[in-house]
Amino acid sequence: MNRYSTFGTALHRLAILCYVVFALFPLFWLLKVSVTPNDLLYSEGVRMWPSRMSFEHFRFVLAHSAFPVFFRNSMIVAGATAVIVTLLASLSGYALSRFTFRGKYWLVALMLLTQMFPLVMLVAPIFKMLSPLGLTNSLTGLVVVYTAFNIPFATFLMQSFFDGIPKELEEAAKIDGATQFMAFRQIVLPLTLPGIAATLGFVFTAAWSELLFALMLISGNSAATFPVGLLTFVSKFSVDFGQMMAAGVLALIPACLFFLFIQRYLVQGLTAGAVKG
Amino acid sequence: MASIDIRNVRKNFGIVSVLHGVDLSLENGEFVVLVGPSGCGKSTLLRMIAGLEEVTEGEIRIDGIRVNERAPKDRDIAMVFQSYALYPHMNVAENMSYGLRIRKAAREKITAAVSNAARKLELQPLLARRPKALSGGQRQRVAMGRAIVRQPKAFLFDEPLSNLDARLREQMRAEIKKLHRDLGATSIYVTHDQIEAMTLADRIVAMHEGVVQQVGSPLELYDRPANLFVAGFIGSPAMNFLSARYEVSGGTAGARLPDGTLIALSSDYQLEEGAAVTLGIRPEHVEMSPASESSLRATVDLIEPTGFGIILHLGLHGLPFNVFTLDRAALTAGPTVTVAFPPPHLHLFDETGKRAASLQKGTG
Repeated sequence: MNRYSTFGTALHRLAILCYVVFALFPLFWLLKVSVTPNDLLYSEGVRMWPSRMSFEHFRFVLAHSAFPVFFRNSMIVAGATAVIVTLLASLSGYALSRFTFRGKYWLVALMLLTQMFPLVMLVAPIFKMLSPLGLTNSLTGLVVVYTAFNIPFATFLMQSFFDGIPKELEEAAKIDGATQFMAFRQIVLPLTLPGIAATLGFVFTAAWSELLFALMLISGNSAATFPVGLLTFVSKFSVDFGQMMAAGVLALIPACLFFLFIQRYLVQGLTAGAVKG
Repeated sequence: MASIDIRNVRKNFGIVSVLHGVDLSLENGEFVVLVGPSGCGKSTLLRMIAGLEEVTEGEIRIDGIRVNERAPKDRDIAMVFQSYALYPHMNVAENMSYGLRIRKAAREKITAAVSNAARKLELQPLLARRPKALSGGQRQRVAMGRAIVRQPKAFLFDEPLSNLDARLREQMRAEIKKLHRDLGATSIYVTHDQIEAMTLADRIVAMHEGVVQQVGSPLELYDRPANLFVAGFIGSPAMNFLSARYEVSGGTAGARLPDGTLIALSSDYQLEEGAAVTLGIRPEHVEMSPASESSLRATVDLIEPTGFGIILHLGLHGLPFNVFTLDRAALTAGPTVTVAFPPPHLHLFDETGKRAASLQKGTG
C-alpha cells in the first residue's frame, strides 16, 4: 500500500514536471534567443544555450526602437482596463450573487451570449462604431473595447467569489449595526481580496496580450500597444528574431511583477473559520 | 431587555406560504424556545424578528414599538447563528467588539465590555486569535460573546448548538442556561432538538407547518400535549399511538382496540360512544406486567440498552411499539412480553388529532 502510494506520488510529480517543462520551454527559448548574438543565431545549430551571450538586442530595443512607447501604451491600456473591469465586475458580481431583481435571468443570459461567438466577427462593426466617435487610433478606444469584452467573464468570476462568502456574515454584521453597504465594505470586501486579485490579474494579462483589436483599431506607432509593436520587427524580407525576443522578454516583466504583487491575496482559505469548518 | 409581541404574523415566499398567522408574546426576561421539525417556519419567524426577512402580514413589536419596517441594526437585538458567522478576518476581540465599534462607542467602554464578556465565557486567552484557530466550542462561545457585549434588548438563537458534538452540546446548553440566569435577557431560541427545548425553556412554542401547535411550559407540553403532533414530537423515545374506539360500558370509559381488548381510561371524555380515537402512551409509562384482562401481548423485535435504561422495540398487532424501562430484567426478555397501560398516563386524541377534552378535572 505504502510502496504503491510512493510510486503514485512519483508518477504524479513526473506528470506535473512534464507539464511544467512543456509550458515553460517556449519562455526559455524566448530568453535564449534574446541573448544570442545575431552572428550565432543561425550558425550554431540547435543548442540549449549560445556559446557567447550578448545583451545587444536589449540595448537596441530600449534605445533605438519605438518599444518604450508600445510598452507605455500597453501599461496604460492594460492597467486602466484591469482597474475599471474589476471595479464594475465587483459591483455587478455582488448584485448577481446577493440580490434577486426583475430581469436577472435575462441579464445573465445576455452576458453569456456575448461570450459565445468569435470576436473576429465584431471587428468591422466595432470599427464602424468607434470611428465617428474618434475612438479609433486612441488608447481610450482600446480601453472601452477591452472593458466591454472582459466585464461578463469578470462578473461571473467575481460572482463565484461572492457566492463563496456565507450570507450569514453579512446578516451578522447587519444585526451588529451595519448598513448593507457597510457590511459589503467591512466584511465582504476584505474577504473577497483573493477574488479581486484574481480578476485584476486575469483582465490585466488578457488586455496586455490582446492583438486582434489593437491591430485593427490602431494604425501608426504612437498609439500601438506592445503586441502590435512586436510585429514591427517583422519586415518584408526578414524577421529580426533577436530583437523581437528581447522585446518579448521585456514585456514579460510587468506581468510577472503584477502577479508577484497580487499573489499574497491569491492565497486560499481566507474565509476559513467563518462558519462551521 | 424587552418584551416582544408577535401579532398574526404571516410569511409568504412567492406563492408559498410558510407561516400562517402566528401570535406570541414574550415577557421581559423570558426564555422562549421555538421547536419543530425542519421546514416548520421556526427559523423564518426568528429571522423576521431579527429583521432579516420581511413580514408579509401582521405586526412585530419590541418593547411596544412596531419594528416591521426597521432595519436589523435599529432593532437592538443580537443573534447567534447556527454557523456562528464569525468574521474570519478579525480576531476574537475584534469580532466581539465590531458591533460597539461601528456604533462608535467610547474605547474604554468597548474594552470593558469585551473583557467582561470574555471573562464570563472564559475567552480571555483567545482574544488575539482568529476564528480559524478556534475549536467548534470556542467559536460558539465567541458568537455568544459577540451577542452579549452590546447588551441588546433581546437575544435570538438560531439552532446555535446543532454543529457541536453531543458532549459539547450538553455543556454549552448548560452554559446558555447559566448565562440567561445571570443576564436575565429576553431570549428566543430556535431548535429542532426537543431535549434542548425541554431543558432551556421557560415556555416552549411547538410549531408544525407554519402553525403554532401549542405554547406552554416544558412539563405542560410533556404532560398534556394539545394534539398528536406535539405528543409525538416532545419526548424521546417518542410516544406510542394506537387506534381505538371510545366506549362507555358499565359506567366506566374505555378504549376498545381493534383486537377487542378494552383499555380502561381514568375519566370520561366529551366524546360520542364509538368515536374513533387515538390512544397515546409514552414508552416510559408502559408497564411490563404479568398477563391480565387488560394487558396486551407483544412480540420483542429489538432490545436497545442505553446504559441508563433499556428501550424495547415491540410489535403490537404488527405495529411498532416502544417501551422504556429501568428494569434490567428486560434485557433477557423472551420472544413475547405482556404490557399494560396505567390509566393516568394515557392520552386520548379525537378524530381530528386534538386532545380529547376530559369531563373530570386534573386527569387525562
